[in-house]
Amino acid sequence: MEARAEPTRQLVRLRGRSYVAFVFCPVVPIVGWLEEIDETLARSPGFFVGKPVVLDLSALDLSQSAIAHLVTSLETRNIRILGIEGVDAAHVTTSMPPLLTGGRNCVVQQNKPQKPEAKPKPTSLLLESPVRSGQSIIFADGDVTVLGSVSSGAEICAGGSIHIYGTLRGRAMAGVNGNPAARIYCQRIEAELLAIDGYYQTAEQIDPSVRDRPAQAWLEGDVMKITPLS
Amino acid sequence: MAKVLVVTSGKGGVGKTTSTAALGASLAQGGQKVVVVDFDVGLRNLDLVMGAERRVVFDLINVVQGVAKLSQALIRDKRLENLWLLPASQTRDKDALTDEGVGSIIADLRTRFDWIICDSPAGIERGATLAMRYADEAVIVTNPEVSSVRDSDRIIGMLDSKTVKAEKGEPVKKHVLITRYDTARAARGEMLTIEDILEILATPLLGIIPESQDVLRASNVGSPVTLNNAASAPARAYHDAARRLMGETVKMLVPTERKGLMDRLLGRRAA
Repeated sequence: MEARAEPTRQLVRLRGRSYVAFVFCPVVPIVGWLEEIDETLARSPGFFVGKPVVLDLSALDLSQSAIAHLVTSLETRNIRILGIEGVDAAHVTTSMPPLLTGGRNCVVQQNKPQKPEAKPKPTSLLLESPVRSGQSIIFADGDVTVLGSVSSGAEICAGGSIHIYGTLRGRAMAGVNGNPAARIYCQRIEAELLAIDGYYQTAEQIDPSVRDRPAQAWLEGDVMKITPLS
Repeated sequence: MAKVLVVTSGKGGVGKTTSTAALGASLAQGGQKVVVVDFDVGLRNLDLVMGAERRVVFDLINVVQGVAKLSQALIRDKRLENLWLLPASQTRDKDALTDEGVGSIIADLRTRFDWIICDSPAGIERGATLAMRYADEAVIVTNPEVSSVRDSDRIIGMLDSKTVKAEKGEPVKKHVLITRYDTARAARGEMLTIEDILEILATPLLGIIPESQDVLRASNVGSPVTLNNAASAPARAYHDAARRLMGETVKMLVPTERKGLMDRLLGRRAA
């Protein structure tokens, strides 16, 4: 004999909950009102998307077909109607949004998105020891200061200026994020490569008269100038 | 307190193995219990310089893999009873070394010795980084020429980033040891000066070892140069360097050529 398991009966529980919805109160003439809706949509296209909208037709006296026409014309504008209020039950067919009663006015609060508290970003990097060969310092947010020398084979990339209290023997690239006003300062210039905002000079192109003295490199137009700092 | 000292350089052939053996022997002669560890797996030389190549049974890799105990692999020096050697493997390569294995060996050696001197291989890859990983102090061996100095600078940067001490935020105490200092070329100005080297490396100087034939003679007979000919110029310089490692203040002597009478009379070469 077959045993038949009876499906356990699921209880359907009905609960009540209230929601806040936008209410549209169309006025006569409807065409003019629809034009105003269009203008609002043109200014902020996605404003009503996903928001529950209720049509309050108590100020109008629309026939059933007129109500249906209004609902469809709003739906073509991507405004979905959650319910209709202010009309006779007879005018609302089953294919239209349901009739709502008992709505209460409330203030619609617009929640401003909370800006996360931004910690002030550091705008300069201080390195207290020499930069060794093979090390690469990249700091796009501002100036870099080195209390020591920068060895051959090391490189420093800064969004701002580069200050080296020692000998620059490696590469220094300043103003990497498009900052042509950035400069490179050092106490002795023996650099392999200097670059400011993309314009670069290699060691060969650096004038011998500037070597072995405190110097600064800066950009004039698209020419890099290297001058001694007396 | 045991001290782990790594002898490293970046560049090859500058005198790391020679210096490891010489410093190890000098410290042992001074009464310290010293072990010298060869990290150059596959290209081992420390056992040759120490004269122990015919007594190697087990090596560092065997201990890392648990095949042998540390006491089975350690080789005592025949001349100095305080000096021991842990050789590397010749048949394997650096990939056989593991961080945990090396760490546990170093920890074990710390309980038995005063000084653990790690002879690093050349380069910046696994062998060199593992040799320096557990170091408290470092001796950076540099020749007075540009490629050696740049490579030493790279290694100094790695000592500040790839060691356990650096990861904890404590500095590894670094010393520069200048080797193969050629007094004749220095006199002619054909070599990087000591001041230039120290300015580039920005690290305190441990000693200046002159270029000498004694180094080659010592390694050919399998003896650290400090034991083979203690009166030679490099041996004296290494003894001074070892005393500085122990914390003594020893006046730094820049090697100069000592010309005998005949050298002075017949010194000029015919053009």
